[in-house]
Amino acid sequence: MELIYLLFILVLSVFLGFALISRVPPLLHTPLMSEANAICGIIIIGALISAGVQANSPLTIILGTSAVALATFNVVGGYLVTERMLKMFRKKG
Amino acid sequence: MNNEFFMNFIYIISSVLFAFGLKFLGSPVTARRGNMLSALGMFLAVVATLVNGHIINFQWILIGIIVGSIVGALVALRAQMTNMPEMIALLHGCGALASVFISWIAYRVHGATDLTNAITLYLSIVIGGLTFTGSAIAWGKLSGNVPGKPILFTGQKWLNTAIITAILILGFMFILQPARYDLFLAILGLSCFFGIFMVIPIGGADMPVVISVLNSYSGVVACTTGFVIHNTLLIVVGSLVGANGMILSIIMCKAMNRSIANVIFGAFGSVVQKTTTAEKKEAKPISVEDAFLILENAKSVVIIPGYGLAVAQAQHAVRELGEFLEKNGCDVKYAIHPVAGRMPGHMNVLLAEANISYDQLMEMDAINPLMENTDVAIVIGANDVVNPASRTDKSSPIYGMPIINADKAKTVFVLKRSMATGFAGIENELFYYDNCRMIFGDAKQTVQALVAEFKSSQQH
Repeated sequence: MELIYLLFILVLSVFLGFALISRVPPLLHTPLMSEANAICGIIIIGALISAGVQANSPLTIILGTSAVALATFNVVGGYLVTERMLKMFRKKG
Repeated sequence: MNNEFFMNFIYIISSVLFAFGLKFLGSPVTARRGNMLSALGMFLAVVATLVNGHIINFQWILIGIIVGSIVGALVALRAQMTNMPEMIALLHGCGALASVFISWIAYRVHGATDLTNAITLYLSIVIGGLTFTGSAIAWGKLSGNVPGKPILFTGQKWLNTAIITAILILGFMFILQPARYDLFLAILGLSCFFGIFMVIPIGGADMPVVISVLNSYSGVVACTTGFVIHNTLLIVVGSLVGANGMILSIIMCKAMNRSIANVIFGAFGSVVQKTTTAEKKEAKPISVEDAFLILENAKSVVIIPGYGLAVAQAQHAVRELGEFLEKNGCDVKYAIHPVAGRMPGHMNVLLAEANISYDQLMEMDAINPLMENTDVAIVIGANDVVNPASRTDKSSPIYGMPIINADKAKTVFVLKRSMATGFAGIENELFYYDNCRMIFGDAKQTVQALVAEFKSSQQH
């Protein structure tokens, strides 16, 4: 039952993605990709939920903590590197 | 219940902020604001998740966040712009691995609750596993830790077919018996294995496509993980990123006139047979002094940079040359082919880093109609993307590939080390055209020599 709502969201988001991203000029394709990496770090919320809920075995703790660290790496690394690149795009005068 | 509602409400706000972030990337003027909004969305989502109340043990989370932030900041602030493709490959890999871990925990803690759950778990670990190792190999190839040339061996196709078949059969078994942990681990292991074999046969010149495809996959993994843990925000963002990677892959493939299947399954190097022209034509060299005299009288110059320019670290010298030309009353533009560089848009970043104004950076389709009225086209470190054979010679392996029409300019200078061929190993007709002059030598030194000529002429 819930699946159909999730698929609904999936399909509409794909359309939104195509609409938004096809308007980004080739000039900014590299920052676009690092931005995509950064927002892909949204899996951090999945990692937080998984790491925080239960600690029933050492494996879960290791996996959970690693997932949080990896996702944070994506978020922090992605946004910072995007910012660094975008800062360089300047117009004369 | 109230907490849950609040969290999801914040997730909606975050989604909107992410969407605006991408929208604002539509122009370099608003792009930084977009990045800020997007980061704000991320911050809100994280805070909403943390205060939701389900989270009991914070100490491990804190350790993860601290480690991830420090490493992320160090890597991001130190990464050189020429190495950006490696950085991106690294981020793809980490994102995919994190998703795999989340699915793994979900499976360990809750098991596969129903059929949908089993299928999405399966997809999550397969795509996540191969994206992780595929990105690791791509990172290795780009950073030079793994040989950049296509690695091919006999029986490669059979091995790949065997791995894919095994992943499918085991997957079928897993979906029927989702309680079997051994199947879960076997599928994960095989998928990681497959990621390696997927990327090693692909050559360095095709990396822009590989990076884009992996970008798409990393989005798809986030999406399937969203289905596993029933998280709508993961699905929304995963779809956005998946669409992003797909669009970029298509653009890159079009620019090389190849299909995605052709890039992934047919290594470029093995397809191309080197065609040697029967009559050996003569390329005409020109000295830096003579080149300067022509440039001094030019009213419009188009510079066509390739990856060779970045390798020679000539961006800053090129910018200086551009400034002298402009002072001389000349119109200077940079023509950028979509596959110039090692990832989509890479060349633009490299030139922007050298302080070249972004309104001078022109796309292929915008610059080509202007080439006929251009006095001088300067090709620096590019080869195949200016080869007119792609328009005329049906037997050429690059026939049909869109190129920058450098040959249409009144004079063409090609800065090149020697007469060696480009990535594709194809002879470039342009070098033998009547309006083409070769300036042999290191790109950076040649450009610096031209700059020196301009400097000394101004002193008199």
